[in-house]
Parts: sequence; C-alpha cells; structure tokens
Amino acid sequence: MSFHIVVCGSLVPDPLQTLEPMQGPTGPALKNEMMLPAVLDPWAGHALFEAATLAANVPGSKVWLVSLGPKAKLQQLMMSIAQKVAFDLVAVDGPAGGFLDAFETAEALAGAIDGIAGLEKDKMLLFGGCASSSRDASVTMQLIGERLGITDQFLAVDELKPEADGSFQIMERIEAGEYLVSKCAGAPAMVGWATGNLPEPPNNPQVGMQNMRTVMPALQQAKPAQVGTGDVNFTKVEVPQQRRETKIVKDTPVEEIAADIVAWLKG
Amino acid sequence: MESNDAAKLMSTLPGDDIRQIMWRYSDRFELQMVVQSSRQVARSVVARCVADGVRNSHEWNDRKHSILEAFDQAGLTQVFMDPQDGGFIDGPKNLALALVAFELSWVDGGAATSSLASNLGLSPIHEKGTDAQKRHYMKACTPPQPGEDREIMRAAFALTEPLPFIGVDTGVISGKATVADMDGDEPMLQIEKRGRFITNMGFADLVTAAVDTDDERLKTSCMVILEEGDEGLFDRGVPTQKLVHQLSSTRDPVFSLKVPASRIIGGYTVQDGVIVPNFSHAEVIEAVFRRTRVPVGLMSSAKLLSAVEPIIRYHRQRFRGNAAVQPGTPRFESGLQMKEDCLQRLVDVWAAGEAGTSLGFATCRLLDTYDEIEKEKERIFAEEGIKGRAQLKAFRKINKDALELLALRDQSEGERDDARMQELEADPLVQFALQDSLANVLCPAGKLWNTGAGANTMREAVSLMGGYGVTEDCPGFLGQKWMDMQLEATYEGPESVQRRQLSITMTSELFLAQFRQWIDGLRKIASTRPGTGACALARAMELWLWTLEHLQSAKDADGKALWNTNRHGVCYPMADALCWLISVYYQILDVMELAEKGEMNPVVAEGLEGSLNFFSDLAHTQVARAAGEAGRLCAELVYGYNAHPDWDGEGCFDAATLEDLESVMPGFGSQATDVVEGDGSHAAKAGPCAKSCKSGFVRLRAKMDVCLTGSRMAKDRAATAIGQLMIPEALDYPL
Repeated sequence: MSFHIVVCGSLVPDPLQTLEPMQGPTGPALKNEMMLPAVLDPWAGHALFEAATLAANVPGSKVWLVSLGPKAKLQQLMMSIAQKVAFDLVAVDGPAGGFLDAFETAEALAGAIDGIAGLEKDKMLLFGGCASSSRDASVTMQLIGERLGITDQFLAVDELKPEADGSFQIMERIEAGEYLVSKCAGAPAMVGWATGNLPEPPNNPQVGMQNMRTVMPALQQAKPAQVGTGDVNFTKVEVPQQRRETKIVKDTPVEEIAADIVAWLKG
Repeated sequence: MESNDAAKLMSTLPGDDIRQIMWRYSDRFELQMVVQSSRQVARSVVARCVADGVRNSHEWNDRKHSILEAFDQAGLTQVFMDPQDGGFIDGPKNLALALVAFELSWVDGGAATSSLASNLGLSPIHEKGTDAQKRHYMKACTPPQPGEDREIMRAAFALTEPLPFIGVDTGVISGKATVADMDGDEPMLQIEKRGRFITNMGFADLVTAAVDTDDERLKTSCMVILEEGDEGLFDRGVPTQKLVHQLSSTRDPVFSLKVPASRIIGGYTVQDGVIVPNFSHAEVIEAVFRRTRVPVGLMSSAKLLSAVEPIIRYHRQRFRGNAAVQPGTPRFESGLQMKEDCLQRLVDVWAAGEAGTSLGFATCRLLDTYDEIEKEKERIFAEEGIKGRAQLKAFRKINKDALELLALRDQSEGERDDARMQELEADPLVQFALQDSLANVLCPAGKLWNTGAGANTMREAVSLMGGYGVTEDCPGFLGQKWMDMQLEATYEGPESVQRRQLSITMTSELFLAQFRQWIDGLRKIASTRPGTGACALARAMELWLWTLEHLQSAKDADGKALWNTNRHGVCYPMADALCWLISVYYQILDVMELAEKGEMNPVVAEGLEGSLNFFSDLAHTQVARAAGEAGRLCAELVYGYNAHPDWDGEGCFDAATLEDLESVMPGFGSQATDVVEGDGSHAAKAGPCAKSCKSGFVRLRAKMDVCLTGSRMAKDRAATAIGQLMIPEALDYPL
C-alpha cells in the first residue's frame, strides 16, 4: 500500500519583519507585504516534512506540494524549501495573505488538487497545517477535504504511524496537553498537522536540483486564481497589542528563565 | 528631476529579488538555492558559534568542526565540485563560490575562509591536475553520499613559509623536493616543507604544497599533493595566535614526507633521467590565485552591507527604555536618526558596500565566461603547438585584432565593416585577449579596494554603533568584522602585491581602450539616468587617463622619469585611484540592470521607483567620493613632483623691474602678485605661487569638480530614505 500525499502550504511574511496592517486598494493588507521576505508557513512546513518522511518510509508513495501565492514570491520560497524534501510542485498564482477568505482559498486549492495528473484519490492523504501563521482561521483544510469528498479528518496531529495494511494510527492534540489516539482504516484522509515530531531538514542541493525539474515548469504554468476577502468586510485590522521586552542574558539557568516568564505573566 | 521632497523612497531593505537582478543570477536557480543554503548555515550554526564566543580560542574544536559538517550537509562543500565528482553545478563556479563566501562572511569571515580555503587547497588540482588526480581527489573531498562507506578528505594549500617571520616570494620557495628513489615503477620524492599560517591545517588530511627542486634529477619547482598517511612526518604544527578569523584553523605545519612522483600536480615526464614537472609551482599558482582572490574582496563588502540593518536598528532604538522618552515621540521612534550625520554616514557605508559588491560580482561573472574561453585558447595553442614565448609573440597579433574589434564596436552600423567585426567577435583568441586584459585589472582591483578601502569604511560603521561597536555583544558582530577585514586585505596577496599587479596591467593598451569605451558608455547612461552620477564618473575617468598619459612621459624635478613600475609612489596611487573609479562604475551598471529588468519581476516592480531612486542616489554619492579621491591622488601626482619656485628663480618680479614695466605698461604692476623688494624682502610664504602649465589637467579637474553638482542632494535623499526604511523587528541571527 502506498500513499499519494498532497500537502497544501504557502508562504507567510518572515515573522521577524515588521508587520504593519494597512488598508490597501483591494482590502486590508500588510505594509510593503509584496516586498517583505517570506517563509513557508511553519504549520504547512511541519506537514510537508512529515509527508516527505512518510513517503520515504512507505515505498511507492509520492508527495505533491500545492501552493497558492504570488508566483514570483513562490519562486523565491522554493529556492529554500525545494532543497529540503522531494516533492512535485503545483503552483496556483494568487494572493497569499492573512485577510483572504478561507472558503475561496479552499475552492482554489481543491480545484488545483483535482487537476493533478496521476493522483489516485483512493490513496490520497491530504496534509496541511492545522492553522496558518498568517491567519489562524483553522478551517481551510477541512473545507478542502469536504470539497474533495474526504470525510476522515484529523486536526492538530502530531504523529501518524502507518501500518502494513494501509491503515494508520493518529495522535491528535486535544485540551489539557492530552492526545486523542485514533485508528484510521486507510486513505483517503485529511490530516491537519500541529508541529509533528520532525526537525526542519537541512538544505540538500541535490534534492533541490531534482525538484527544480518540476518546480520551474509548475511556476511557469501556474494558473491564476481569483481569491479575495469574500464577503468579509474588515472594519479595522491591527496587530495584537504587545510590547516586545527583550532581555539578553547569557547562560541563564532554565529555572530562572521559567520564573522570569511566570513573573511577567502575573504582571 | 524630482525635488528631494517629491522623490519616491525605497520602503524596505533590498530583498533577494532585487539582488538577483542586480548581481545577474535571477535566471540561475541553482545559485539562488546556494544563496539560501549558505545563508541558513551562516545565520544559524556560524552565528551561534560567534555569539557563544567560539572565536575566543585558537584551537580547532568540535564547535568549529560543526561548521564544516554544516557546510557538508547543506551542500556548500559540493559547490566547488563538478557534477561527475558529486557536485551539482555544471560549468564555471566563480560566481557560485563568491555567493557562498558573501553569505558566510555576512556573519563571519572565518567561516567563509574555511570554505574558501578548502577550495583553495583543491584549486591547484582542479586547475592543473591530471585527470586521474582530479577524479581521485575531487571525489575524495566530496561528502559521502548515502550508501558510501568513506570519510571525507579536507584540503589545505601550503605556500606561505617562515622567512623567518611569515611570507612568500613566489619566485623563491624554501620548501624543497629531492628524488628519493628512481628505481621503482614510480620515482619517489622526498618533500621537506615548513608552512606558516596555513589555513585548514587543524583538520586537513590533504595538502597541496609548493616546493622548489633541490635535486638535479628534478628539473623545476612544482606543487605536490601530500596526504596525512604518507611515509614520514605530517606535523600540523602550532596554532597561529590570530586576532581575527578564529573560526578558521590556521597553523604552522612541518612536512617531511616521501611521496610518489605521481603526486606532482599536473603530472611529469622523465627526460634523460630527469623528472620534468609539466607545471612549475608558479604556473599553478598563477592559475589559482586569479580566481580565488575575488571572493575575498566580496567578503569584505558583505560585511559593510551586513552592517546596515544593525546600525539602523541601533540608531532608532537608541533612546528607548529611557523613562523620559515616551512612545510616539520623535526621539522614541527615530532615536539617533533624528540627526542628519548618523544617516549620512550610513549612506557612505552602504554606498561603499554596494560599489565593492558590484565590482566583485562583475569580476566573478567575467571569470565564469573567461574560464571557458581560456580553455578554448589553451586547446587552440596546444593544437598548433604554440608554447611559452611563442604564445607571447602570437598575442601581439591577437591584441591588434582585439583593438580593431573595439574600434569597430565604436563605429555605427553602415559605417563599419560588419563582416570583419563578426569574424573578430567569433575569434576565441580575440575574446580571450579582451577578457584577459579586463580580468588582469578587475581581480586585483577588487581584492585591493574592497578590502582596503572597505576596512577603512568599516571603521566608520563600527563608530556608528558608539562604544557598543567594539564589544563582543555588538549586533551584527561589527567589531569582529572590522578586525577580520584587516586580514582580508592581507591574505592571498597583500595590498602591495595587488598594487604591483595593477601598475602593470592597468596600462595595457587593450584595457585602456575598453576603459575609454566605458567613458562613452557612462555618458550614454547619464543621458537617460543622470541621477546615477555617471557623467561625473566619466569626467573623473578622463582625468585619470590624462594623468596616466602625463605621468608616462613626465619627469620629476630631478629629471627622473615618473613612470616606472618600481616607482611605487607614482604607480600605486594611480592604481588606488583607478580602483575607486571602476568599483563605482560597476555599481552604476548594476543600477542600470535593475532599471532595465526590475519591471519584469512583480515583486520588484511594486517598489521599483523607490529602489531605483535609492540605488541611483547611493551610486551618485559614491561617484562623488570616488571622483574626489581620484582627483586628489591625480593632483598630488601631477603637481607633487615639480619643484616649488623660490624667490630667486623665475616666477617673481623684483620691485625695480616691475616699476620700469609699470611706466611702459600702466597697470602691469597690479597683475604681479609675487614681488621681491629692493631689500630682498617678500611676502611671507614658501616662494612665488606655483603656476600650472598643465592646462589640460586644470580644465578637466575643474570640470570634474563642477560635475559633482547634485551629488550632495542625492546623499540627502538617500539619507532620508534610510530614515524611513522598514527593517525587521530583530536581526535574523543570534547576538
């Protein structure tokens, strides 16, 4: 039994950048968003790395990465991501921001997945982040799954253990630091990943060169998608009020750091 | 031209999209991946080492070794290799290697040096090794792939020797090779070599060493490959007590080893019982150093550009935390950036970084095409059996053809002989001659200017951080970078070596013909994009050319010829002046590239106008600085070797004569400024004012000064842009 793993994931602004909401011509946006460097959405990143590991452990499996974003920015992103794990890219040219409507996003991504040549839906595992660091709507993956007719859906997953018969065991995060352990008879299923258990793989240029054979054509052939804010009217947007209070102290014991944080939380 | 108030400003720090266009690798995804990999290693493993104080030890240790492992894992070790040896980049790799060095040096020069030194160790084999040597050692130095059961070999390059301090004269090598045994299948050599300040020696198990012959059965000097397991002594020696680049390993090794003659790089023949190496050590080194010096210059420029973001952040946040400075006040939001001086000095740092980077990457791109053409030249000469001095003779004709081609390129269509032009354009030897003459100037210029002028500028950058700049905690490690640049100005050929080379190569007819074409090109650029300062630069280049021609024929006050390559007081400042000019020349070309291609990239297009304004203003600022430096140096040389007139000589009037002349020509006396009175008294000064008889120089200098018009307005605009530039919340590598 092998899997066809489709990972949905796109870019978000580099979290180190100054993120300043503003009203753009087509709705709310971040100041200078197009010009800010971007990274792979960390939640989607976990999903991708888990997918690649799963594919490596289950012979005959294959990974696609389906990304909705401005293709020029996706291209930059691929120069780093494509070196980490092997995948085929399916690019959809459209916006990728924190103010997009999850319904429209899901529609565009589901359409792109539907169009993947060679994808066997009975083997499909639909992976993605259980949330996004640009907008924590936490519904996009479910919406895509529903559109594709996938009813077995798992959210905030940290582990997926495949069995020889094609079934797999899944650990989902639930409240109070507990896990819900489920057994799924097999694909198709939607898995919205939390952090998983894998570190970010180092860059491997050989993998990158291999991936580039599909990445560059995929970017060139990326179909435009009309994705916007849907029916949502944003009356006001602002970054959460917070004060960055940075303390640089070297060699501080863990207990002392914990005590510091507790004291800060207590105000 | 927009007023300073209306000009659109650059809104964010330039990202990869802009740099890929400016430095011409937007269509090379393998290079873009290399940049990402290098950056990731630099800003994680390397930066953590620096932040943790790993530089504070001269010994090679596990933390430092982890950097090499990170290089291997991220594919940086393989960048140097060809695909058949486990690499992933086909063709010349000068630009690729330079990008790696640039990214690593953005954080730490020592890490970059470790990477470069491994390549340097392998370069003799790569450039001149036999096929068997290349196959064996390139593969051995590539990280093992999954399934391979072997340890990676690491290389060092041993040229420098204790003499008794440190140094090398490529003509005289103290390391010796003798023939130990001629009887077996393969002659055996005994190598005696003491190295000094040899990079990578803490871990290298493969050393390419330069040795002279000390045996009549060995014809010439050569370079040999030494391995740790060879019979005899392979002593790594003591670590060098470096104040800089401590993340690289430097030691003083001692080798006394018996090795087969097959280790002679490039192979050998046996003629009448004498081993004749196919390449002397000097031939190997010449091929190696031309390429490896360029990334060193880029390392220094990377440091300047890396200083920009930490300085902006420091300036803006300078007063935050002070109870009296409330959020929302200009003092809180802008900090020291309320003061014009902070902004304008940062403009200088940034502009110098841009100029050096532009020159460095332009040189790498040239070398990438040059590598191919050089191979073709060698193939043609080998086919025709042209060797040694015969090649020099052949080049007399080829150089003429190259000059003819340049002249044809200058002519307009219809006026020129197109068939002849096509013939010459297609001639690889002509192309080689043109590129060779450029490479011979650009390589030493980048090494000299980027490191030397760069280190001086870095001092300014450090000072912009106040006392913080000279602490280990300074964000961006600016203090360490400043010190490191002093080494970069020295290793792989100190400044005097680069000036010496330039003083010869910059007078080549072929180079000068191309230099004149640059001047014409700059005027054309100025007509479409005057804000770059291209016109002023063209004028400064004319002034430099005039000065060169003058110096080549003039004599000093003692009657000695001024132009002589051993007269360093004349030639070297001219080399320095040239470097200022050509670095900013390439900076302008990069701005033009952005202007031409920026619109095609939607990410760049969004802020293109602001970016172009800013980079044009930086270039204009740098042009003014470069023209000023060149003008000063040229003026010193044109006038400085003349004797100052004295009160006894020509150039002044005695009062009585002046009185007589006044009676004949009323008003004449008022024109005379230097008068000796009857009692011998005169104005209190050195002598009559020196008069310029160099009207060409005076005219050009005056024009050049006037051409600086607008350059300070450009600097104001650039400073304003920096004042509102959006920067990240925090540096993307640890402190």
